[in-house]
Amino acid sequence: MNYFLTEEQKMIVDTARELAQEKIKPVREKYDEEGHFPWDIVKEMAAADLMGLYIPEQYKGMGRGIFELCLAVEELSKVCGGISLAMAATALGTFPILLFGNEEQKAKYLPDIATGKKLAAFGLTEANAGSDAGNMTTTAVKDGDHYVINGTKQWITNGGEAETYTVIAMTNKAKGPRGATAFIVEKGTPGFTFGKKENKMGIRASATRELVFTNCRVPAKNVLAKEGMGFIVAVNTLNTSRPGVASQALGIAAGALEEAVQYARQRVQFGQPIASIQAVQHMLANMATEVEAARALLYATARSIDAGEKSFAKISAMSKLFASEVAMRVTTDAVQVMGGYGYMKEYPVEKMMRDAKITQIYEGTSQIQRNEIALQLIKEAAKKQ
Amino acid sequence: MHIVVLIKQVVATTNVKLDPQTGTMIRDGVESILNPFDEYAVEEALRIKEKLGGKVTVLTMGPPQAKEIIRKAIGMGVDEGILLSDRALAGSDTWATSYTLAQALRKIGDYGLILTGKQAVDGDTAQVGPEIAACLDLPMIAWVRKIEEVSPEKIRAERLMEDGYDVLESPLPALLSVVKEINEPRLESLKGKMRAKKYEPQTWTVADLPGFDLAQVGLKGSPTRVVKTFTPQRQYHSEMIGGSPKEAASALYKKVVDLNIIH
Repeated sequence: MNYFLTEEQKMIVDTARELAQEKIKPVREKYDEEGHFPWDIVKEMAAADLMGLYIPEQYKGMGRGIFELCLAVEELSKVCGGISLAMAATALGTFPILLFGNEEQKAKYLPDIATGKKLAAFGLTEANAGSDAGNMTTTAVKDGDHYVINGTKQWITNGGEAETYTVIAMTNKAKGPRGATAFIVEKGTPGFTFGKKENKMGIRASATRELVFTNCRVPAKNVLAKEGMGFIVAVNTLNTSRPGVASQALGIAAGALEEAVQYARQRVQFGQPIASIQAVQHMLANMATEVEAARALLYATARSIDAGEKSFAKISAMSKLFASEVAMRVTTDAVQVMGGYGYMKEYPVEKMMRDAKITQIYEGTSQIQRNEIALQLIKEAAKKQ
Repeated sequence: MHIVVLIKQVVATTNVKLDPQTGTMIRDGVESILNPFDEYAVEEALRIKEKLGGKVTVLTMGPPQAKEIIRKAIGMGVDEGILLSDRALAGSDTWATSYTLAQALRKIGDYGLILTGKQAVDGDTAQVGPEIAACLDLPMIAWVRKIEEVSPEKIRAERLMEDGYDVLESPLPALLSVVKEINEPRLESLKGKMRAKKYEPQTWTVADLPGFDLAQVGLKGSPTRVVKTFTPQRQYHSEMIGGSPKEAASALYKKVVDLNIIH
């Protein structure tokens, strides 16, 4: 389908595709197996100017938007949805600074992220505060011109590998949703250490780790926005980053579809390629239709955000919900089309199926996305009355 | 230091088809690429520039569409590109090509190091690099697999040999041809691609080369004559040697001695 990409957007797609094919494809199985962080590939992404696509030029980025970020993440995820996450999760950790940082904070942190010298990460989730973020127990207590942070963040993507962390902590529990604050915390700050590294089902090339804060003193100038605005920072960050997850899901689905179609053309059973069997054709047709629909919704969403759409929480949630559900169905069907071979590690689709699952879970489960969509629907209806 | 990399546009296939009438390659309808060995030379030049500073220029001789490989090199990060293109050069063999490129290098003048691939994957002659060095009376190290040390004054490099490698040191300027073991070429970056898209290389004709002798180039100036092209027929003769293992080994030994394979 023609999505009327500009010459420059086509170049971004080509650059990401070349990187994925030439640098990621040969090593994706190894990284999935070993679960190490793909620093050599991150360096390639940086050298290709892909790490700062969405960061303004004044901070050494490429000055493009969410759409360009999505195009790159989609291409990389077609080959490996785990390795691509180093970029997507850095965007998640960078959005709080981009959206709420003051000039000093932006000038200090964005250039190194844009040039790929440093990665970022976002710390919201805790052991007992997942979908229910308000239940968090990490605290930040003001002490002169510092805040003292205590608590543990869990399942933080890029944890341990990133240099720049945006962390949400409770500064005044009594104030409820208005009692949280967002901080920039640098790796190496005394009292900030890393806990358990998770052993995961999929996205195994991605580092998922605990952030442990023990009397960690963070300068007050590292507060993003203002004290008490932590949840506003978090909600806006997630609304902005969800298209990134959608593009990861879309890429995984598109990659699996391509594998399944190629396989079906070559695999001969009953004296014919299985691609000529209608039962297989219909599966492929459904997969392709869903992938294209997910792409159309995501591209329209990302373009709306870049065009300055004010309330995009609903479409952002819709694109993430839809693309991740599609990714799970399409990768599962890709394994089915490829039968026994699809189940084996010699072919990439079993990995794609494992990688797809997380997209229905993180940055808000599919159920949370539906809550968000419904909430926005009700709000919109109420406004009309 | 000013590093000049000599590059060539080649067809993107190792299965080159020849026109039986003219004996030249059929290029129509085949995708053209930067000669892979030259890509390693471009990468090595960029790495040396990152270390020593300076500038990297690529130079190619070819038809106007050879601008594409200059753009590819620009995308990888080289500073400038020069296309040497003239109808008078059509049909030039390695001698004529070397003469022409040497004249262009004389015009460039301030080169500190010249790099190129060990050979182009179309003609496979590996002659142009050494011939240019001869034309310019420069030291030449062929088949370089590693540059151990480089400064504006001298270079130390490992030359790949069939049974190992030699370490050679040379004053600069010098000409080096590189093999694929030397590095892994980088991809074109996004900023590089954007620059390449708009980039127009300098285009020189023979008229731009001072003192150029037209009698040395083109089909007429080329000493090489392609008399006939054909695919060689491979013929195999096999012979079974019978008898006990001892007899067979003895008969085999006699045969290889007779054939001068061992002495």
